[in-house]
Order: sequence, then C-alpha cells, then structure tokens
Amino acid sequence: MKAVYFAWVRERIGKTGEEILPPDDVKTVGQLIRWLSAKGEEYAYAFEKPDVIRAALDRTHVKHDVDIAGAREIAFFPPMTGG
Amino acid sequence: MAVIRIQREDFDAASEASALTKGRTDIGAVVTFTGLCRAEGGKLAALELEHYPGMAEEEIARVVADAEQRWPLQGVVAIHRYGKIAPGENIVLVVTASSHRIAALEAAEFLMDYLKTRAPFWKKEHLLDGSSGDWVEAKEVDDRAAERWDVAQDGG
Repeated sequence: MKAVYFAWVRERIGKTGEEILPPDDVKTVGQLIRWLSAKGEEYAYAFEKPDVIRAALDRTHVKHDVDIAGAREIAFFPPMTGG
Repeated sequence: MAVIRIQREDFDAASEASALTKGRTDIGAVVTFTGLCRAEGGKLAALELEHYPGMAEEEIARVVADAEQRWPLQGVVAIHRYGKIAPGENIVLVVTASSHRIAALEAAEFLMDYLKTRAPFWKKEHLLDGSSGDWVEAKEVDDRAAERWDVAQDGG
C-alpha cells in the first residue's frame, strides 16, 4: 500500500510518501503506526505521540482501531489547521 | 450543485456571492464568510498552507453535503486556498444561500467549524526575520466549536 505524509509528519520522516509492505499481523491503523515507528529514528520521531496522529484511509478520516485491509492509500498527518 | 474549489489563487467574495443569487428569486438570505491571514502581532511574513490533494476536495464535499442535509440551502460555495498567503490576504470563503436567514447563518457557521477540524489543511508560519516558524497547532476551542453540532444533531 502507499503511505503519504503531511505537515510535520512529512518533515520529520523526510519524505512525502512511499510504498510500504506491512506484515500480515499489522491489521489496524494503530498497529501500522507502531510498525512504522520501528522503521527508524525519523519514524520514531514523527510518531512519538501516536495519540496526536490523524489518519485517513483512501482519503477518508479513520480512527486508529480501523482495519487497514484492502486500502490502497493511508495518510498520516497532525490535527488539521485549515480554515 | 455546490461550488467547491481548492486553489492557489485569490477569490472574490462579492462575485462568488452574486453568482449564487443571479437570476434567482427564491433566495432570501446570503451569508458570506471570509477567513483572512492575520499578521499575529507583526511577526508573521506569511502562512504556508499545505493540503492533501484529492482528499481536501472530497472532505469539503462531505461537509457541504452534511450541511445540505441539516438546513434547506439554495446554494453553497466553499473555496479554500493553499500555498503561501500573506497577512491581509484571503484564506477561505464560505457562502450559504437560503430562503431564510437562520438556515444561512447556521449553515455558514457549521461549515467553517467543520472545515477547520476536518478539511486536510495545515498552516506553517513564515516569520519576518526570514526564518521558518512553527506549524500552527490545532486549537481546543475549534474542536469544541465543531462538537456542539454533534450534540445538536444527537439531541434531535
């Protein structure tokens, strides 16, 4: 699946997005955040406060307990500050 | 039916509002809200607005559809800019049109509350000394403002 990052999540990880291949036991958004955090220092920094991180599956807001199966794109970003 | 645009360029609130009412005789109230970039006490050179292309349009469309379900609206415009925006410049426009003022006023307020907390946009500060400032933090007060509409709906 494709992962995309925005705002300070993007800056901390140092890329706008990437293809990721999480193992089968990574089933939910929250588990994916934990798996990504272990990928390196920059990921650990970006996801150091997982509760703050917002996620969207195929461009729809989701909570951390949602299943990621079948999704093509997952986005991680801080709380929104538009308007 | 609703006009939804995500754009770098500026918009003209007056012409968007008049386009909404042109040739119509069923509209009794038009509310126009424009959000502008503040100088934040003179330290800010610009705000840089990042957005999630694709989702920004889709999420605003979901919020507009929600507003159209809650209030009898004859027209809606929602325009959100991205890129670098200087103090005094426009950031966001919401226009609502209805037969009666309460629906137009409430829907405009609802749209702004939901856009702030749901539309995937993020503001970064650029300071006058040339440095890149912080990302603007989401405000608790904006979350509370959006939540009161949930309560209003749950309560019937």
